[in-house]
Amino acid sequence: MTKETEKFEPRIVGFLCNWCSYAGADLAGTSKLKIPSSLTPIRVMCSSRIDPVLVTTAFLHGADGVLIAGCHPGDCHYDKGNYYARRRFAVLKKVIEGLGLESDRLRLSWVSASEGQRFAEVINEFNEKIKKMGPNPIKVKTSL
Amino acid sequence: MTKTLKINKNVEQGILELLRFLLDGGKVSGVFTLKRINKEGSVAYSLVTRSDELEDAVPLFPLMPVNAGKLLSRFSLRGKSNKPVAAVVKPCELRAFIELVKREQGSLENIFFISSTCGGVYPIEMAVDGAVENNLSKYWEAVKKGEIPAQIRPACRGCVEFKPYTADMTVDLVGSSDIDKRCMILLNTKNGEELAQDMKGDFLEKELDKKILDKFQNKREAERKKLFDEIEEKMKGLDGFIDIFGKCLGCHGCSKVCPICYCKLCEFESPDSEYKPSNYESDLKKRGGLKVPPGTVYFQIGRLDHIAISCVGCGACEDVCPVDIPISIIFKKVGESVQKLFDYIPGRDVKEEIPLLTFEKDELSEVED
Ligand code: SF4
Ligand code: SF4
Ligand code: FES
Repeated sequence: MTKETEKFEPRIVGFLCNWCSYAGADLAGTSKLKIPSSLTPIRVMCSSRIDPVLVTTAFLHGADGVLIAGCHPGDCHYDKGNYYARRRFAVLKKVIEGLGLESDRLRLSWVSASEGQRFAEVINEFNEKIKKMGPNPIKVKTSL
Repeated sequence: MTKTLKINKNVEQGILELLRFLLDGGKVSGVFTLKRINKEGSVAYSLVTRSDELEDAVPLFPLMPVNAGKLLSRFSLRGKSNKPVAAVVKPCELRAFIELVKREQGSLENIFFISSTCGGVYPIEMAVDGAVENNLSKYWEAVKKGEIPAQIRPACRGCVEFKPYTADMTVDLVGSSDIDKRCMILLNTKNGEELAQDMKGDFLEKELDKKILDKFQNKREAERKKLFDEIEEKMKGLDGFIDIFGKCLGCHGCSKVCPICYCKLCEFESPDSEYKPSNYESDLKKRGGLKVPPGTVYFQIGRLDHIAISCVGCGACEDVCPVDIPISIIFKKVGESVQKLFDYIPGRDVKEEIPLLTFEKDELSEVED
């Protein structure tokens, strides 16, 4: 790793569903698991609330990574929200990829309310990956 | 085999005769068709109820002033048509209308569709100075030979959906060498057959010539590949992306003419998406510079997010772009990649649900981490 990337602290925006992943993140915190400070959590009622345009907003404003996390398939508080969210996410990924941009900066993960440990793993792993990728180059562009 | 009406006149006169027959015989109350506005080649869609009004009608004119799907949506948005109407439209216009009907933006009821195998349309700018008129004979020569006419819209050049999926009647055009002498109309549905019943002409059993159309398809596919490869080459990485979209004016003309962008209150035009002073400040602090108005690229990605699943590749967007961004090719390319995820062809069948409004429990594990 170069010096540059060692210094780089990513900024990750996390859209976390209220009923599972936000609670999972909370549990990770109360269990004193190590969570990188790079995460800016945004609580949403359900993963299906996330219009891909919101993710695009974060991405274009220079978030180095964007995480969407919700209840495991079958466990959505509203029954089916996360199935729709998954389709929307798949579309968003294709759009970003199709435009020649870095779709690897977007991640979808399922984390339940009791999976504090998993939440810590997900965010640490993602953080490491983004560190390796380096800063989102969009951040410094002035003609967007 | 499909029941087919053969009219012993050239294809343009043949179809006009059919339309007159439908109106005069009371089989339909109205005809929706392109009509000439002036001699320079400007045409517009019109609704016609009297057959003498068909005099200036040019149903097969190779121009799409507005995607007819959008117009038929406005026609049937506030309720279905009370009386039967025959609409002559291009295949991608029909598909666009079906997508709108799926979004409850129109009704198929009481509209009969006459379409054709489609040679493509010219860019709208060629309709204002007589260029289309001057090209017409070359256009029909190419269509007859099953070739791609020169100068048509890029989107048409690479369009492989040139056969209508759900038309009641399909006029055999592409690769049909004798359209100067006769007009072949395939009656695909029961409605189509009933409408054509008692019409002067011969009734036979026929299919579109598969060999000819396959050859045409290959040509279109080769063009499509060329167009996609070119875009991919140009749109490499962030800089390529900015090269292409950086010049966008933010006029939103592309979304105004897009049949799929039906929202009356577009998210990207709402005051909510205007920058506040604090947005300018925080953005400028990060970047040190900002394109004004900001958000033109955001608009493009956002529009793609919203409509890629249903883009029919009609090319209307690119046609109006004042700065010549190859939007329709980009939207078509990204659109197809999204549609492929769900094996979806927009407008193929009104019963096929829009993939974003449904799901499978077990799928797409490749996007989960
Ligand atoms: S028509 Fe062209 S300039 Fe206008 S918003 Fe669309 S892409 Fe931008
Ligand atoms: S995005 Fe362009 S090509 Fe696609 S449906 Fe809309 S106007 Fe037609
Ligand atoms: S409530 Fe958690 S994904 Fe729907």
